[in-house]
Amino acid sequence: MSQNAEIQNAEIHDVIGRGYQHGFVTDIESESLPPGLDEDVVRAISRIKREPAFLTEWRLRAFRHWKTLSEPVWAHVHVNPIDYQDISYYSAPKTKKDGPKSLEEVDPKLLETYEKLGVPLHERARLAGVAVDAVFDSVSVATTFKDRLEKAGVIFCPFSDAVQRHPELLEQHLGSVVPYTDNFYACLNSAVFSDGSFVYIPKGVRCPMELSTYFRINAAKTGQFERTLIVADEGSHVSYLEGCTAPMRDENQLHAAVVELIAMADAQIKYSTVQNWYPGDENGVGGIYNFVTKRGECRGRNSRISWTQVETGSAITWKYPSCVLRGDNSVGEFYSVALANHRQQADTGTKMIHIGANTRSTIVSKGISAGRGQNTYRGLVKILPTATGARNFTQCDSLLMGAGCGAHTFPYVEVKNPSATVEHEASTSRISEDQLFYCLQRGISEEDAVNMIVNGFCKSVFKELPMEFAVEAQNLLAVSLEGSVG
Amino acid sequence: MLVIKDLHAKVGDRKVLDGLNLEVPAGEVHAIMGPNGSGKSTLAYTLAGRPGYEVTAGSVSYQGRDLLALAPEERAQAGLFLGFQYPVEIPGVNNVYLLKAALNAARKHRGEAEVDAFEFLTLVREKMKVMQMDEAFLSRGVNEGFSGGEKKRNEILQMLVLEPSLALLDETDSGLDIDALKVVANGVNTLRSPTRAIVLVTHYQRLLDYIQPDRVHVLARGRIIRSGGPELARELEARGYDWVLNEAA
Repeated sequence: MSQNAEIQNAEIHDVIGRGYQHGFVTDIESESLPPGLDEDVVRAISRIKREPAFLTEWRLRAFRHWKTLSEPVWAHVHVNPIDYQDISYYSAPKTKKDGPKSLEEVDPKLLETYEKLGVPLHERARLAGVAVDAVFDSVSVATTFKDRLEKAGVIFCPFSDAVQRHPELLEQHLGSVVPYTDNFYACLNSAVFSDGSFVYIPKGVRCPMELSTYFRINAAKTGQFERTLIVADEGSHVSYLEGCTAPMRDENQLHAAVVELIAMADAQIKYSTVQNWYPGDENGVGGIYNFVTKRGECRGRNSRISWTQVETGSAITWKYPSCVLRGDNSVGEFYSVALANHRQQADTGTKMIHIGANTRSTIVSKGISAGRGQNTYRGLVKILPTATGARNFTQCDSLLMGAGCGAHTFPYVEVKNPSATVEHEASTSRISEDQLFYCLQRGISEEDAVNMIVNGFCKSVFKELPMEFAVEAQNLLAVSLEGSVG
Repeated sequence: MLVIKDLHAKVGDRKVLDGLNLEVPAGEVHAIMGPNGSGKSTLAYTLAGRPGYEVTAGSVSYQGRDLLALAPEERAQAGLFLGFQYPVEIPGVNNVYLLKAALNAARKHRGEAEVDAFEFLTLVREKMKVMQMDEAFLSRGVNEGFSGGEKKRNEILQMLVLEPSLALLDETDSGLDIDALKVVANGVNTLRSPTRAIVLVTHYQRLLDYIQPDRVHVLARGRIIRSGGPELARELEARGYDWVLNEAA
């Protein structure tokens, strides 16, 4: 039996052995700061961005604090030591001094890059209803559908534009959900972040289209430190998606982003991520270190923040998109599919902090481990004394493919209010030979059968994704299941 | 259609089939009966190519081709269908989605275009009517939360949609009440045709009251020890297996 199973496994290995498809490098002139990090570098970034004094000072405070911190070691991951002095903290495609004013001015090679990635920036070619902001290395290169959004009063622009045009909004909200003191990587980001996206939805406005940011690391030896800030004012509504890819390089590259979401009373933010950074090769050489801090605050009553993530890339993923449920009756949701294949390591989950009365949270986590991948769910549900009537439901399912991988679950629960209800369900399963053979007997190839079964496993998460991206996520999963076993 | 010669097979270290001979011509329905542990299910799995069921000697010819040289999915695409005794649940995978993928795999194998979505749904609805299945079935996961009877109906529904040349039905009658048994039998009967062969693996005579077999075989100790017409099944029902086993010994 076992011998046959091995043969079958080898076959699956062959049929699913498709590689990373976004591993190309764009040959484009870029301007970079030399590697290294000190106060001068922080000042230089701020100067290049022509930032107001409050921001420069904030960066410097963050930097000084960062020097007192050390890297976190509690995650279930093995990290090669990072030399923070060997990273370039700013890289930008060389364009006209003031940057492109419209798509016509963007370097055609850049546009080509995004076409290759399946993110055409020409508005006419774009799926109707999705506005895209593209961030290449450290800067935003193009934002589409500006006019239509402006008519609705929606601000959706590169972070560096927002610094110039809406400094008051930034000063008010930046760091209000993730302070620079939060953790090592968030602190580093606060000091050196280069660009990202800023979104503001005015009171009562339902954003007329999906907003999307596409991140691309291109240059070697650069880190990417982008910052996203989304503010949904009272009664507003927005759905936002980010996608990410990187070239195949032998060294590890650091991606340390910060995302802050703020939902005022009755506002809703839906934040979806399809993360496909380069995962490294089969032996674990290269790949992105994806150390990201994402947090949303349901600041007002009846507000809602929903995180959906599909994490298939990166050598190491360390991220816990969280919700601070401050407003009464506010709702936090976290839907996650994380895949760790080959030597990938994923330590991901969420924190739901219940502060307001009758706050509710839902956590659905689907971890898939294959090859020698290690997948960890780490979650915290914290019910504070003020959170009368709070409820949480958590479901953590792990799917193992093969004998060399691992799945780990660390659910932390802290309940300080006796009226709270907290439920936790967990399961670990394998793709059974019975399921596989059943599909084969119906004439379905092993490749299709494995994809079908894995997609079935992830269904409750995929259905939370915006329609256009659910299909992309399924395809991505298929491609990422390289060398998986039955 | 199917010619099995001197088939020996083992599961792990256990020899299960021990020189089995069987011939099933097109247009016929054959029943294979036998006591528990005689190798009936092993025969079905071996023919379908289940991993872990190893053929050590003998040959199987299917429509003139060497069946044993084909991968399991190729056997299915070539028109061999196995109705499982215990159909497995595949959570989150939609019934109709699986069925469509299966039909398209067979069509692709025959060089035909993929089935049109509307046409497909019409076909499935028509077959569901035959199997008296509820509309809700369309949106459910493969066998997910199905009762034993629903699972068996689903097997036959899949068979009706895929229209195989050779259907092996492994204990399709087990766990069915009398009404469900009639529905399942009716489904199988609609598939009877001069170009098709059906092999019923069963423990009891009961199913054969509704699906009249052309031939009945007794499988014991890994081989066919007796063959006959429909009357053999009735005799077995009345007298049990011991007398056949004793006569064959």
